[in-house]
Amino acid sequence: MKYLSEYRDGRVASKMADRIRAISTKPARFMEICGTHTVAIFKNGVREVLPDHIGLISGPGCPVCVTATRDIDKAIKLARIPDVIVTTFGDMLRVPGSVSSLQKEKGRGADVRMVYSTMDSLAIARRHPEKKVIFLGVGFETTAPTIAAAVVAAEAEGIKNFSVLSSHKLLPPAMDALLSGGELDVSGFMCPGHVSTVIGTASYEAVAAQYHTPCVVMGFEPLDILQGIYMLVSQIEAGEARVEIQYRRAVAPQGNPNALQIMNRVFEPCDAPWRGLGIIPKSGLALRDAYRAFDAEALFDLKMPDSPEPPGCKCGEILRGVKTPTECKLFRDVCTPESPVGPCMVSSEGTCAAYYKYSHL
Amino acid sequence: MCVAAPMKVIEIEGDTIRAELGGVTKDARLDIVDERPALGDYVIIHAGYALHRIDPEDAKITLALWKEMGVIDEIPE
Repeated sequence: MKYLSEYRDGRVASKMADRIRAISTKPARFMEICGTHTVAIFKNGVREVLPDHIGLISGPGCPVCVTATRDIDKAIKLARIPDVIVTTFGDMLRVPGSVSSLQKEKGRGADVRMVYSTMDSLAIARRHPEKKVIFLGVGFETTAPTIAAAVVAAEAEGIKNFSVLSSHKLLPPAMDALLSGGELDVSGFMCPGHVSTVIGTASYEAVAAQYHTPCVVMGFEPLDILQGIYMLVSQIEAGEARVEIQYRRAVAPQGNPNALQIMNRVFEPCDAPWRGLGIIPKSGLALRDAYRAFDAEALFDLKMPDSPEPPGCKCGEILRGVKTPTECKLFRDVCTPESPVGPCMVSSEGTCAAYYKYSHL
Repeated sequence: MCVAAPMKVIEIEGDTIRAELGGVTKDARLDIVDERPALGDYVIIHAGYALHRIDPEDAKITLALWKEMGVIDEIPE
């Protein structure tokens, strides 16, 4: 498989791990901020081949996990409205809100459907003109342009029964919030591959310069990750803090201007609540006034009080990179993938789910 | 959630393509792609939309660095 197999060669991987060990003298902690990286690092045993003085930690890179309980509650409120069909990506179904989950609502008769793409959601809206079809927009900059494209398509086609509840999040403001908080001990960022396919590297320049923290955009195959770590270690050893792209085949410095243009046409940045990180200025995406007809927040009454996080759940600290799942008292005993308490155990890309599946510490 | 795969374009019809990876095919829209692909090109597909056309020369930059690091002898085609 072109562009995959060559990045999975075990012999090259072992040589690359040798090169990392050969140049690395300083202790370092690198944070990934992408759930796909979290899983790839565990699945490929990346930690096991690194020197002991290099640590890898997970940040707020799982979109389902960072969605605030209140936003889940809003989705549940929508699902309870008669004549509404709620459509969403799979992981959202099982995330517990403060009193229910979309899956439980589905069990009670709500029409909640899992889709692979927003185009599927539009197709449902075309088939059911008598229903209101709402898409739960969750995801980072990789996904937001696909939701924007669906809104533009719905407008062009005159589809009037389709709307979006936007809980989209932007990653660079979260990186800034983590570093400015001062509690995080991190020497470099493993920047997300496909988010950067869309946004390019400009937003990381400020992070690298202001906090003197190297940023390397990396791919998801084992050799991508090892080479990316090699690039971070090289910068640490040289005392540098630059932005580099390891994932050249998928990421250009300027990103994807077409995707950014559609995203900016439909959405505007807004202050947004992140689980564990609180409200981060300009870190979310709201539909612009011109697209109010497609904005579930404008079409339905979704005012509700703040929802508390589940008692004892450490998802917030885990998402900030200040605790690991094994430091949570609920982990593995009370909170499991079959019966999750917090979202980091629900999503297959959640840090707790990855620890549960792959680590037996 | 940001999982995306490099797939080979095997059909193009208007703004929709069919692409293939390891025998599995998927349809994807071209509304947000950075550069329109031709048949036989590889694109990165996410949630039903092509995001990026892979330029083989960009991929070679990474492999050239591996050669420089001494972890491969030759750059594979």
